[in-house]
Amino acid sequence: MTSTLVAQFLDPETLQGALQRVKGTGHAALDAFTPYPIEGLAEQLGVARSRIRPAMLIGGLATAAFAFGLQWYSAVIDYPIDSGGRPLNSWQVFLLVPFEVGVFAAALAGVIAFLRSCRLPRLHDALFEIPGFERATQDRYVLVAASEADPNDLRTVLTEAGAVAVTELRLP
Amino acid sequence: MSRVLVPQQPPAHRWISAERADDVAITQAIADQLFTGFGKRWWLALLATLPFVLWLLVAIVWLFYRGIGIWGINSTIVWGVAIANYVWWIGIGNAGTLISAMLLLTRQRWRASINRFAEAMTLFAVAIAGLMPIIHLGQPIYAYWLAPYPNTMALWPQWRSALVWDFWAIVSYLLFSILFWYVSLIPDLATMRDRAPWRGAQLVYGAFALGWRGSAREWSRLQTLHSTMAALGVPLVCSVHSIVGLDFAASLMPGWQESIFPPYFVVGAMYSGFAMVVVLAAGIRWGLGLQAIITPRHFDAMARILLMASIVMFYSYATEWFMGWYGGEHADRAFVRFEFAGTYAPLYWALLTCNCLVPQLLWWPFARRSLPVLILVAIAINIGMWLERILIVWNTLSHGYMPSLWHSFHFTFWDWSFLIAPLGFFAFLFLLFMRLIPSVSMFDMRELAHEEAAA
Repeated sequence: MTSTLVAQFLDPETLQGALQRVKGTGHAALDAFTPYPIEGLAEQLGVARSRIRPAMLIGGLATAAFAFGLQWYSAVIDYPIDSGGRPLNSWQVFLLVPFEVGVFAAALAGVIAFLRSCRLPRLHDALFEIPGFERATQDRYVLVAASEADPNDLRTVLTEAGAVAVTELRLP
Repeated sequence: MSRVLVPQQPPAHRWISAERADDVAITQAIADQLFTGFGKRWWLALLATLPFVLWLLVAIVWLFYRGIGIWGINSTIVWGVAIANYVWWIGIGNAGTLISAMLLLTRQRWRASINRFAEAMTLFAVAIAGLMPIIHLGQPIYAYWLAPYPNTMALWPQWRSALVWDFWAIVSYLLFSILFWYVSLIPDLATMRDRAPWRGAQLVYGAFALGWRGSAREWSRLQTLHSTMAALGVPLVCSVHSIVGLDFAASLMPGWQESIFPPYFVVGAMYSGFAMVVVLAAGIRWGLGLQAIITPRHFDAMARILLMASIVMFYSYATEWFMGWYGGEHADRAFVRFEFAGTYAPLYWALLTCNCLVPQLLWWPFARRSLPVLILVAIAINIGMWLERILIVWNTLSHGYMPSLWHSFHFTFWDWSFLIAPLGFFAFLFLLFMRLIPSVSMFDMRELAHEEAAA
């Protein structure tokens, strides 16, 4: 029987202290929610490295290559214009469009990868039902921890670490 | 204990001067006005911009109906106000991304107070800039020919044309800016969702917040994405304005065939854009009462950037004159003489005064700290930069190789329309933005406040 507890703290230092205690007492720290990014928190929670940057690289390069190929095909094969004897494959000026489009495509690929890796958009979450969770985007620091054994033990650990509210999360 | 408050303590923070800039105070200062309303001032301001929006619409409709002959352009001066406006507006737009991306990458923490509205400024300015080349086309209904698409005429865009480069640069830059801006907006939209007093606002902000919860995973992914986009944004901004510079430099006219144009255009863009940010920052600070969050130190930092840019601009102008003389080409030397003593000489001297002389005031600390002085300098820079854009067009086209083609440009009513009405339209968009979206990034400010408190 696993029980999941949601603990609210007043400042990030207390949250991080509580996180260490939860781990030290053999419970599982599942996730933390903060109103601003706290350095090192993701590492303490063991969040896996993301693949956002490779996705951006691939998306950007593939689109740039496509744009270059399109220009080359249209200017050399499909619609050649001899303008003053200049070479049809004037690749130097063909680099401008792939660069611009490639940067945009990399950004778009990054946004898509970001949304996928965070499982967004997802407009409802069980956590939103927890009273006071709406302050996690304003001024509260929330830790979600799970206990395999006695939930009261975990509750004590969280309260002693300085939690101002501890609520049990009931998943439907 | 970091939370003990000593009474009567002087503001301890460098970039936030609120006495207790804790999470609640910051969130309230920025978010709550959006729900309580700005009162009469905001409505009056919006009402004042409406005639300009209408004016712009009328001008565009009339232009499409009558053609570009309604402007003062002629067969010699084929580019006019529309092209100068395009360069000027896209220059304004550049500063938003530069502030956001370059200052993020160099870890300039003070950007937190200004990056959000600077990026909004970018969106609106780039959109207006994109309008200009389209209305400048003799046949605007064929603007879509710039895009490659399967068509029965078997036509492709001419990829060697500067107009096509512009099209892709503006479109990519606009879409990129929207993504860059939206990504950093998601956490603040979630805050708005969680603070909204009405169901409707909760739903709208909630839909745009995409279900953001602020988990450690989400923050870490968002930071990876945002910093990578910033790293891509800096070369993108430089390339976009370089392409604008290439529009001129790729030609054969005296005064335009210069390899200095791309970097010189980029610096000029940063210069006018930062000046615009100073004006908008002063307006937002006054209008939203954000004196605690946008402090004199921010203006001081921006003033230093303006001063630096003004020196680089002067160096660029001097390089132009030197190369005109050093190249030995008669047409180039005559062109430099024409700049200083020709038809538009008074404007040229005004340009030099606004861009090179007036900003030298900022060497003095009192000028950097005094808002009225700084605003006047910033407005002078914006005027000077517009004069530079229009003179780059006029001087060269009025004084080409062929003396029989020497003409000068005369403003018509519609030239003035396309100069003035977009400014009002920009103000209109900006006022709407201030009303709907937190103008200062709240999560950045919270992070900054915690760091300042710990320091």
